Amino acid sequence: METKNSTRLWKSYQKEIADDHYYYARSCIRQNFFPASEKVFLKILQEELQKDIYDDPHHTTCTGIAYHSDIIPQETTATVIARHFALMTELGYENLAISCVTSFGLYTELLETWKHFPEEEAKIRELLWKATRREFSIPKNLAHSSDIIFHNREEINNKSKRRLVNAKTGQPLKVVDHIGCHYAKLFPEKGIGGAEFPYVLTGMVESWGGQVIDYPERRHCCGFGFRQYLVMANRGYSVSNSKKKFDSMAPYEPDFIVSNCPGCSMFMDKWQYTIAEMEGTTYGKGGYGIPVLTYEEMAGLVLGYDPWDLGLQMHQVSVEPLLDKMGIDYSKPNKYKTQQPNSFPKKPLKLMV
Amino acid sequence: MKPLFELLLSDVRFVEGYHTCMNCGVCTAICPAAEFYDYDPRKLLNQLQQKSDESIIELLKSETIWYCGQCMSCKTRCPRGNTPGFVIQALRKLSVNLGYFVESEKGRQQFAIKRTVGDNILKFGYCVHPQGVAPDLHPEQGPVWRWVVDNAEGIMDRLGANYNKPGAGTLRKIAQEDLDELQAIFDVTGGTAMYESIENFSREKAKLMNLDFNDDTPNEYFNVVYSENSNQHNKNN
Repeated sequence: METKNSTRLWKSYQKEIADDHYYYARSCIRQNFFPASEKVFLKILQEELQKDIYDDPHHTTCTGIAYHSDIIPQETTATVIARHFALMTELGYENLAISCVTSFGLYTELLETWKHFPEEEAKIRELLWKATRREFSIPKNLAHSSDIIFHNREEINNKSKRRLVNAKTGQPLKVVDHIGCHYAKLFPEKGIGGAEFPYVLTGMVESWGGQVIDYPERRHCCGFGFRQYLVMANRGYSVSNSKKKFDSMAPYEPDFIVSNCPGCSMFMDKWQYTIAEMEGTTYGKGGYGIPVLTYEEMAGLVLGYDPWDLGLQMHQVSVEPLLDKMGIDYSKPNKYKTQQPNSFPKKPLKLMV
Repeated sequence: MKPLFELLLSDVRFVEGYHTCMNCGVCTAICPAAEFYDYDPRKLLNQLQQKSDESIIELLKSETIWYCGQCMSCKTRCPRGNTPGFVIQALRKLSVNLGYFVESEKGRQQFAIKRTVGDNILKFGYCVHPQGVAPDLHPEQGPVWRWVVDNAEGIMDRLGANYNKPGAGTLRKIAQEDLDELQAIFDVTGGTAMYESIENFSREKAKLMNLDFNDDTPNEYFNVVYSENSNQHNKNN
């Protein structure tokens, strides 16, 4: 009986993911802090999987960070998103691939709101027309870009050059998965595994040879909190939430953390530096931190891409301990190589890099 | 003016987020803000059930409504389908529109968010932009971010971005025609009016606080609201 109930529950958290022909909605935070991740996502789809995905220069921010910080009204964000729907409609696309978890939550919330309050949809159509003379169709499929990698995880596995396995011991790498809150806490049925049984990243990790750690604070927020991070006076909230997670996962000695949310990925990387500088605590071995990857970076490593082409040099927590475990041959001098000679980040006082 | 509870009911988020609360406290148990701040979403919904202008104004002027981190964990768990996070959004919007936000330390921070994220949107077409995440305002970003900002063009080019250039690609320059459309949307949807509300009430407050206020960011008022912390917000105080 228990198994049947679990199966039924799990089935309610499956979602349809379009197989091809996507309009790409980029993320502000991912472009800023993980610019190579979006490049790699497009490369995987277009070159490895032979999919059609359109990168539109007219696409802008969805305004989500401003919206959840309450400096703009809902109508503004809804109309900006409606403009994105109009852009894809004009190009003949019906499937959205959304890079940002905040955006994914908002696009989903908007369509759900319109189902319950059709007058809101009519209002936004009128506002969009007034502002831009554009019209739109409702997209047929909304997927977060991690859903699309999950959907293609076995094909990626078939093309893999590396496994999420310790090259010396042959043991699976121990991975912490972190799902951005707005991926499934707002509308659990729109996320693979819902809010309680997150599987979108676990599915990738398991397909590619790793093992996911189920630790007590697995579902806890990273602590972004929008205004709680954006304003310096509030950042204690933000770092405290991440610290709670690090303290909870540390006893399991994870080899790395992977997240589907660009903000969470950035915060869990940067807060490890901050905590080390504030109180001397580090969460990896030998004074290092726990490397934090985006799922695009994880997929890129599995596909055999060069770590510095994946942008791993933009992380504050060094990824080298992970690369060494995976037996990846990388060039140390190339890490910070740019057009500017002899330009390197300063070393932190406490965190080993 | 209409009773404030009626104004709240005109916000679809309030309608979606506020049903009859049975005071079970699950929202408070799951809430990261309740763990960190002196904040209790159960009490907030309880206070609203009084529906009086007096109790709503008290909330609009309070620190309380600014503590929520919008993670929306409350939506997943409430057995009655309440979402205190949605209710908070409606309260914050009303607080900004009526000018009560400047009465609290946390509320005054809306000005700093408008001058950073808010201005980024209409200037760059992004909420966050490398030129808008100044290392001095973000010491927690660490030395790697400073290195990125100091070498942005080279690093972005190395990583295949189309940084500040026309066309498609990562961190491309958003064309003026697209920024104009964003501005037009802000104008017709109340976004511009909300920005003006934040600016105007903040200017008045800066006068009362004897702080310099001008169009430059940062200015004296910005620096105070961005960094001021009375340390009176946590449960143990």
